[in-house]
Amino acid sequence: MARKRRFKGGEIPTSSMADIAFLLLIFFLVTTTIDMDKGLGMVLPAEGEELEINKKNILNCLINSTGNVLLGGEAVEVRNLARTVRQKLVENDKLIISVKAHSASNYMDYVKVIDQLKQANATRISIAESG
Amino acid sequence: MKVNRKTQLDSEIPTASMPDIIFMLLIFFMVTTVLREYSGLPISLPKAKRIEKLKSKRHTSHIWVSKEGLVSIEDKLYSAEGVRHVMYEKRVADPQLVVSLKADERAKMELISDIHTELRKADALKLNYSSKTQVD
Repeated sequence: MARKRRFKGGEIPTSSMADIAFLLLIFFLVTTTIDMDKGLGMVLPAEGEELEINKKNILNCLINSTGNVLLGGEAVEVRNLARTVRQKLVENDKLIISVKAHSASNYMDYVKVIDQLKQANATRISIAESG
Repeated sequence: MKVNRKTQLDSEIPTASMPDIIFMLLIFFMVTTVLREYSGLPISLPKAKRIEKLKSKRHTSHIWVSKEGLVSIEDKLYSAEGVRHVMYEKRVADPQLVVSLKADERAKMELISDIHTELRKADALKLNYSSKTQVD
C-alpha cells in the first residue's frame, strides 16, 4: 500500500538560525583561553663570551637561601631594590648588575630581584653561576 | 514661525543580518581557540610586574620545571644535561627561538642555574621567565 505524500514547499526555517549561532558563539567564548605567554625577558650571554670588566662598574647582587638580598655589600629589602639600583645607575650609567643566587635559594626570590632590576630600567644584568 | 517637524524615524534594528554577524564572531572564536596540546607539569608561576609579552607562539618553546626538580619539555622528562640536546636541535630548526621557562616559584636556583648553563651551551640565548602579573 503506497501512500502519497504531498510535498509542500521545502524551506529551512531561518528564524532560529540566530539562536543556534548564538549558542555556538557562547560555547566558543567560554572555552577560548587566550593565554598569552608573558614573563620577564632575558638574553643570556653566549658560551665562552667572557669579558673583563672594570671592578668599578660591577654591582654585585647576592641572594641567599632565605631570600635576603645583599647589594654591593649592603643588605637591601627586595621591594626597595629598584629605588636603590636606580640611584646607583644615575651615579654610574655603565653599571653592570651581577646577580648571584645561592644554589638553595628559591626561584621566586630570583624572579623578584630580576623584576626589581627591570623596574629600575637596568639593561645590563649579568647572571653569575651560582656556587 | 513654527516648523513642523514630522520626520518619523523608523526605529528598529535590522535583524536580517544578525546571523551573519554572529557567524563572523563565531568563526573568529573558532579560529582563535587553541585546544591545549600538552599541559606540562603542575606548577605555580612566580609573580612579577615588569612583564613582556612573547610575540609569537611559533617561535616559543617551553621548559617546565617543577618544585620537585623535574624538567619537562613537550611532555617528556629530561635531566638538566638533556636539555642541551633538545634545545640545540630546536635552535638549529628555528634561529628565532625564544625559550619560555615555566618554573615553579619554589624551584631551586641550582637547577635553574644548570638550565641556564645548558641553554648557553645550546646557543638558545633568548630566555623568558614566565610569570604572572602582580597586582598590588
